[in-house]
Amino acid sequence: MATTYSPSSPVNYSTRVDKVGRGQRISVTIRAIIAVLIAVLMLVPVIWMGMTAFKSRPEAVAAPPIVFFNPTLEGFISLLTERRQLSAAEQAVMQARTDLDYPNQIALLRGQTIIGTSAFPRQLLNSLIIAGASTFFSVGFGVLAAYAFSRFDIPGKDDLLFFILSQRMLPAVVVTIPIFLMYKEVGLYDTHFGMILLYTSFNLSFSVWLLKGFIDEIPKEYEEAALVDGYTRLQAFRKIVLPQAITGIAATTVFSLIFSWNEYAFALMLTSDVARTAPPSIPLVLGTGGIEWAAIAAGSLAFLIPVVIITFVLRKHLLRGVTFGAIRKG
Amino acid sequence: MAQVNTVKPAQAAAPRPAARRHLSDRRIVQLFIFPTIILLILMNIFPLIYSLFLSFNEYSVISADAPRWIGIENYADILSDAQFWHNFGVTGTYALISVALQTVVGFGLAMLLRTKFTGSGVVTTLILVPMMLSPIVVATFWKLILNPSYGIFNYVFGFLTLLVPTIIGVIVVALLWGTLPKLLGEQRANIGRIALLILIPVVAHLVWRFVLSQEGTYGDFFTRVTYRETAPEWLGEPALAMWAIIIVDVWMWSPFVMLLCLAGLSAIPEYLYEAAAIDRAGGWFQFRRITLPQVMPLLLIAVLFRTIEAFKQFDLVMGLTGGGPGDVTETVSVQLYQLAFQGQFDTGKSSALAYIVLVVIIAVSNLYIRALNRAREG
Repeated sequence: MATTYSPSSPVNYSTRVDKVGRGQRISVTIRAIIAVLIAVLMLVPVIWMGMTAFKSRPEAVAAPPIVFFNPTLEGFISLLTERRQLSAAEQAVMQARTDLDYPNQIALLRGQTIIGTSAFPRQLLNSLIIAGASTFFSVGFGVLAAYAFSRFDIPGKDDLLFFILSQRMLPAVVVTIPIFLMYKEVGLYDTHFGMILLYTSFNLSFSVWLLKGFIDEIPKEYEEAALVDGYTRLQAFRKIVLPQAITGIAATTVFSLIFSWNEYAFALMLTSDVARTAPPSIPLVLGTGGIEWAAIAAGSLAFLIPVVIITFVLRKHLLRGVTFGAIRKG
Repeated sequence: MAQVNTVKPAQAAAPRPAARRHLSDRRIVQLFIFPTIILLILMNIFPLIYSLFLSFNEYSVISADAPRWIGIENYADILSDAQFWHNFGVTGTYALISVALQTVVGFGLAMLLRTKFTGSGVVTTLILVPMMLSPIVVATFWKLILNPSYGIFNYVFGFLTLLVPTIIGVIVVALLWGTLPKLLGEQRANIGRIALLILIPVVAHLVWRFVLSQEGTYGDFFTRVTYRETAPEWLGEPALAMWAIIIVDVWMWSPFVMLLCLAGLSAIPEYLYEAAAIDRAGGWFQFRRITLPQVMPLLLIAVLFRTIEAFKQFDLVMGLTGGGPGDVTETVSVQLYQLAFQGQFDTGKSSALAYIVLVVIIAVSNLYIRALNRAREG
């Protein structure tokens, strides 16, 4: 990297000193301002969705779009309930009543009455059950396999690890066709167990790789000392390795949760009603007469908020997570 | 994990090896790896073999007929079908443009966020939020945003288009800020800066005004973009639909490239720049000979990963256009879905298509995993 020319004039400035100079400070300020503007710009779609969730039906589809609006819970109520259109006479009766609860009052503004809960809460619950259970198993199996891969000489270890990761690269649609047939055959189609099984295997390759990175960082000497002290291998694993790997396990758990929580293609093709999760249902939230954007936005918001919070909690581990544990620190 | 875990002495923990069945290390390895391998064989290997078999058969999951062996007819059908090549072209175009833009934008963001400032951690995390979201939900609310009558995208787009000269001006000023003393000398640098701040945006603005006035008037542009009758309908117009998907994809995944580039940038040792400065190397030279080569391994990983994901792209396309209008955004994944799960449920043919996709993906992932392994060791 040597430069071929020699300085023609004396060096009258220093690179390092200018790091504290005024020009440098201004340049950092400009960068900061641009960065903040870009961050705001990038979040506009998310913020807009959050706003739409609290808009009334006409406000949500107003043209030109409304920035300042009267917040209402109408979107959430349309999302969570099934409603029926009232006739004019019924409306008059309802309006005369004073004992209506808040959701019914909102529904009445649109001439409707609530007749039950919608499928959405159940789908959200399905998402939670399937994501939770599959994460539990994939991290559980993953930590065992990662420990074995990290500590022992296994014949063909690199090939095995390669094979495990390559499973993650397969497109969902490709894997789904035979799994669909298989599930139809054994009766796992549209069941919670089927989805848990699928997501577990889907996340397993990820968790093995990520956890192996974390366990590799725990010095072998701790376990060796424990073995010398008379612990068995299993005890050493449980009492030395697991507590040390707890950060890694937590990060892996959260990543697996997000992956299963966000998953769409498998859920779309392998569930229909009983085990349907939220992602395939959100675009299909339909109100009476056309797309109800406030309700869709409310559903999206309910679905995204946990992920946004988790992103902040996880920010130190994001890099590891997205590179399968290969790259540790920035 | 800085804390040192002290190992408890034996008498405190009182382990009794004799009381427990003593497992040999080999046995433990087997027990530990077993569940993972079994699950992967059951859920991945077996289905893949099964679908390889089906790809040579005529079979539909909704018909009562058993699979009928037809050899390579499915493959021959697909490879001679113009629709497949069209979809393959769509997927390739989409992957190429999308990944290229993500690389540029992501790298630019990383360069911007490279120097720490108060709150830079929070800003970085905020920018990273989109990539953690569910693609289908992202697609759904982008559909609202891209809507020509009640979406805000056209407003933001129109506004940003008007701002282009200002943005370029600010970037140029920021880039030239540090190099000015070298060009003009320390005394005249400040005059140069002020001149730059005024001159560049004004000149850029005038040029831009000329460009926009080529079709109608300048003042008209914003109105044209936002007025309902003339507003671009991003998801409905064949010429724009692909760009809409690319915009959403770039919005969602540039942060990923940024994250990896930031990691690469922060790992560059400062002394390289110091040495370059002592040798009086200019900013561009430092960038080309130090920054770029040092970030390259991680950038490569990001690009490969995004390429794989772009080839698999399903969620965003399904959510935004469903392959339409017509078939202009129909990627191979969408075709695969339609072939396998809609209409005729042509399981045999879709398995064959799946295998063709698989070969492409495996080729790219091979490169990717190799790059990952190199990064792991390095």
